[in-house]
Amino acid sequence: MRWGEIIRRLVLIPPTLVGVAVIVFVLLRVVPGDPIAMMIPPGASPADIDRLRAFYGLDQSIPQQFIAWFGQALDGNFGRSISLHSQVFELVLARLPATLELALLATLIAVALGLIAASIGTQVRGRRAEWLVDGGVGILLSIPDFLWALILLLLFGVLMPLLPISGRIDPEIDVGFHSNFYLIESLLTARFDVANALLHHMILPALALALPFAALLARVLKTSLAEAEDQDYAQVARARGFSRSKILLREVFPNALIPTVALGGVQVTLLLGGTVLVERIFSYEGIGNMAIDAVINRDFPLIQGLILTFAVLFIAINLAVDLLVTLLDPRLRHG
Amino acid sequence: MVDLALDSPVGRPSRWIAGLKRGGPRLWVGGALVGTLMLVALLAPLIAPHNPIEQDLMSAQLPPAWSAGGEPAFWFGTDSLGRCVLSRLIYSARTAVAVALIAASLAAAIGIAFGLIAGSFGGWVDQATSRLIDVWMAFPPVLLSIVLAAVIGAGLTSVIAAIVVVDWTRFARVVRAETMVQLQRDYAAAARVIGLSRGAILRLEILPNLIPLVVTLLAVEMGIAILVEVILSFVGISVTGDTPTWGGMIAEGRQIVYQAPWIMALPIGCIISSVIGFNLLGDGLRTVLDPVQRR
Repeated sequence: MRWGEIIRRLVLIPPTLVGVAVIVFVLLRVVPGDPIAMMIPPGASPADIDRLRAFYGLDQSIPQQFIAWFGQALDGNFGRSISLHSQVFELVLARLPATLELALLATLIAVALGLIAASIGTQVRGRRAEWLVDGGVGILLSIPDFLWALILLLLFGVLMPLLPISGRIDPEIDVGFHSNFYLIESLLTARFDVANALLHHMILPALALALPFAALLARVLKTSLAEAEDQDYAQVARARGFSRSKILLREVFPNALIPTVALGGVQVTLLLGGTVLVERIFSYEGIGNMAIDAVINRDFPLIQGLILTFAVLFIAINLAVDLLVTLLDPRLRHG
Repeated sequence: MVDLALDSPVGRPSRWIAGLKRGGPRLWVGGALVGTLMLVALLAPLIAPHNPIEQDLMSAQLPPAWSAGGEPAFWFGTDSLGRCVLSRLIYSARTAVAVALIAASLAAAIGIAFGLIAGSFGGWVDQATSRLIDVWMAFPPVLLSIVLAAVIGAGLTSVIAAIVVVDWTRFARVVRAETMVQLQRDYAAAARVIGLSRGAILRLEILPNLIPLVVTLLAVEMGIAILVEVILSFVGISVTGDTPTWGGMIAEGRQIVYQAPWIMALPIGCIISSVIGFNLLGDGLRTVLDPVQRR
């Protein structure tokens, strides 16, 4: 991708977000189901109900509601949550770090596992053991993250109770964090006992998210390595007498990395979408778990805010991946 | 070998046998797993030992029959309301199969229609359809189906609708690309030369050539539909009330996972075998039906 293309993509971000906002806004409001009906106490008078409806702006037409919401959103005001009685922006901001830390840890695990599996697979290429690696990767790939979450919960939370299976941190630990990035903060301030407790809670959900991703990375990287190894430049290096491991590391790997980053990057967005259910299964307090509660409670402003948050993250990841590929690929860099 | 079989005067039957052999163990294992699932779903009232919604609080949370304290009448024990776990597993298969068949077929029908139109008309029609698909794919699929099912309301119809609305793009994208490829082939040009209309070419020439692709996609989509149904019923926005679903059983089992882990483990096992079954079947069918791999 050329630099001009990247600028074009940056310009396209605002209209895309407005499009997502419009679709979600209309979708939530044209379908039956009244969020006000769920929050009125028994014995509320019709006047009370009307007041409540007006308070949340639900008495106006959909275009009027959208314009009002959009005007406030430009000022950073995304409305008040109906079920949690707070500003949507603050609620999302308080929970987002938990999800980002989980997704980051999962990505790191996936990259590490994927690299290991791909290098083992490449070492045994053409031998019987290759079949074993490919089969294992195939099984890891065909089971989605939320099923891995359930399997890991049963195996390491219940049958072999090694790890906690709910929450983000033990309730008895009270350290008074300054930010909501608990893990990063505790690592930076060198409180390793706290970081250890956090990791104990995060490792199972992160592993569940990482396993299918790692399998995909391993498969793509192994195929790209095999293709790159058959190219002329690798053959020449072999003819000049370099060892296989040296050729793989110095010549083949940098080229095999490009398709891996391109395909793997798309997968990071899927991993982020996967946090919704995995957080639910492990009662982890991130925005995914919050989104399911918001949907069940028909909390329009919160659903709206959360979907926009996911959309922003998706777009940001896609852009970052394209940038990374441009940096890695000399043909595109000078294109 | 294969070419001999194709040219032999016996023709079709031997060609089919060769094809099934080529599918290899993946086709057989996948077919067996999916076949078992279909049979269980079909015969649920005959093979289930109990009524799946019959509660008996006196015999709640019984362990499986072979462990201490189990009762032989309840093979896999009972849940916290005293309902037979085996019967609920069997009836859940019914819900899963119904959703998989209906949702996957509808998603396929809509996706094929859009794909054929975009692939054959080209120009602004193709542009518009492709943009629509792009916008669609920008949403996180799991979250989108949860929101959809929640706003449409509880019930099997809303689960099916959510799957169809989210997943038609899977078919549309592939069918669009394949239609474009097929229209470039000589046989499509020949059909144009003899004066067939665009509709007739699509129906008589292109569609039959898309069948292998669609069948493979359909098998994979059924596996996905089963997963989405599990997700929605796990979250609690699928079918209402007592109707047994694997996802609902997992959600209930999660509450008492330390006391009765088998209630959660058994539906997970069923889901994994179904999903792997559909994946293997899809892989096997691709090898059998794909003309490129056939040679």
